[in-house]
Amino acid sequence: MADRDYGFRTRALHAGNVPDSATGARALPIYQSSAFVFDDAQDAAARFALQKYGNIYSRLANPTVASFEERIASLEGGLGAVATASGLSAQFITFASLVGAGDHVVASSNLYGGSITQLDVTLRRFGVETTFVASDQADDYAAAIIPGRTKVLFAETIANPSGDIADLEALADVARAHEIPFIVDSTIATPYLCRPIEWGADVVTHSATKFLGGHGTTLGGVVVESGRFDWSNHNFPLFEDTVPHYGGITWHGNFGEYAFLTRLRAEQLRDIGPALAPHSAFLLAQGVETLPYRMQAHVDNARAVAEWLEQDARIETVRWAGLPSHRHHDRAAKYTPAGPSSVFSFDVRGGRAVGEKLIENVQLASHLANIGDAKTLIIHPASTTHAQLTEQQLADSGIGPGLVRLSVGIEDVDDIIYDLDQALSAALSEVDA
Amino acid sequence: MSTETVTLANGLTCELPADSPLAKLWKSQRTWVGPSAKERLAILRNAKSVAIVGASPNPARSSYFVGTYLKQSSPYRVYFVNPNATEILGQPAYPDLQSLPEVPDIVDVFRRASDIPSVMDDAIAVGAPAVWVQLGIWNEEAARYGESKGLTVVMDRCIKVEHARFHGGLHLMGFDTGVISSKRQAR
Repeated sequence: MADRDYGFRTRALHAGNVPDSATGARALPIYQSSAFVFDDAQDAAARFALQKYGNIYSRLANPTVASFEERIASLEGGLGAVATASGLSAQFITFASLVGAGDHVVASSNLYGGSITQLDVTLRRFGVETTFVASDQADDYAAAIIPGRTKVLFAETIANPSGDIADLEALADVARAHEIPFIVDSTIATPYLCRPIEWGADVVTHSATKFLGGHGTTLGGVVVESGRFDWSNHNFPLFEDTVPHYGGITWHGNFGEYAFLTRLRAEQLRDIGPALAPHSAFLLAQGVETLPYRMQAHVDNARAVAEWLEQDARIETVRWAGLPSHRHHDRAAKYTPAGPSSVFSFDVRGGRAVGEKLIENVQLASHLANIGDAKTLIIHPASTTHAQLTEQQLADSGIGPGLVRLSVGIEDVDDIIYDLDQALSAALSEVDA
Repeated sequence: MSTETVTLANGLTCELPADSPLAKLWKSQRTWVGPSAKERLAILRNAKSVAIVGASPNPARSSYFVGTYLKQSSPYRVYFVNPNATEILGQPAYPDLQSLPEVPDIVDVFRRASDIPSVMDDAIAVGAPAVWVQLGIWNEEAARYGESKGLTVVMDRCIKVEHARFHGGLHLMGFDTGVISSKRQAR
């Protein structure tokens, strides 16, 4: 083993995938097995008691899934990772491990619609109250914290469709001052563009379905933890209480910095069950191999498309923080120096009617409800992804009626611009007609 | 119980719970640097036997987890040292390092930080080459003392975690092992 800190591109290819000891397979083997045999009764007992490492059942751990987990942990600079069936289940097991009835969450109002409903509908029904902060200032998050009741601070690195950038460093300071973890969903940024742990985040979640997998084929999620949060600070007694179902251990006492992720796997994956399938883990891990190259191409294309849209008279506003006109241009330069990803929105002059016609007239961009595909995607959020939200929630999320969201792909950029240009012309002539 | 021995500005030493604010402050001012990942792997590769000093027969204690892991997931001959126990994990517990049937290649220590110097002396007396002080225990002066007597010292690291880092166990649980290699995983 070389004593060297390997670079991001090398780790995207190699982290988590040392050739298999059994076969020497160079590519990642797909361990399509629900369960794994024990050596003997003693071995079985020790695995179940968490006294030794070993596979038991693929809901808890699987060797193919482990490779994907380690790869993402390495790229994010985390201690480790737990993969899940989707991005929303990654968030759910994280919340489920940290909050219970009577607890309180402080979250951005700018979250993905599904994240808002997870907190505002399902977790609220379970007795967890969330305050959504409709501000980009860390002080307003601090003001929303209820000492003793607030257990987590939650935001997204890059919000969609507003294109807003979270002030990660300032929010991490707020969380640290209140001795609560700062959880960041970094789906849109990916670790190539921003590593929130380097700015003080404690837990990072992803929908791996998006840029990590990169090809629009496979659902998955992942939770990464820094290993730096002090889970014995008495705000999280579950980490310090004895655990009868694991022989009287305490999570923090027995596992130290490994406590959060060990518990997330041994309790939340065990009890809630959203495991990532081995075949999905293979596809996602293979996608990650080219993450650095794809993300660079995504941001390069996004810059060209955003600049073209901004100078076009048919467009009212472009909300990409890589543009000097965006209110978070300075934050983007600080947190995502290579560019704030390729998911952004724009308002067409003429409002909803022109926006809808534009989407009907594209020939290359795909009209669908996803982001982070290698292909360019387009959608009208107010009638689709964010349709569950009230008018006020839509306004808080920065979504107007004529807003169109793009996820710029890695096609030839001239072709993407050609397609938007012809679709805009066609939309305007149809609306005028 | 994790404790840490810190040397104060006046030269006196004191014992602190490892999670106390003062211990955390001192942690940020540590100066002793232990073996690198590659060196830790070499220590583990070269060893054939491990003695766990301060081993506990209580299944909830970390030393019991380490004992179970080393017995079942490593090739080492494992010995338990605890003068107050007779049997641990089906094996005899020895009162001290002198009583072991062989000189252990690694002396793995679960004792208070202030006890580390005397464990170093015991290890030197029997001729053990390496002392591995467990996760959460820190005594910088003892580490320097052990090294001055020719011991290889690892400190504030778990031998189970480090063995698992290089032999697949940590990887199976989704942790970043830091291992990048085109060679087959060691068994």
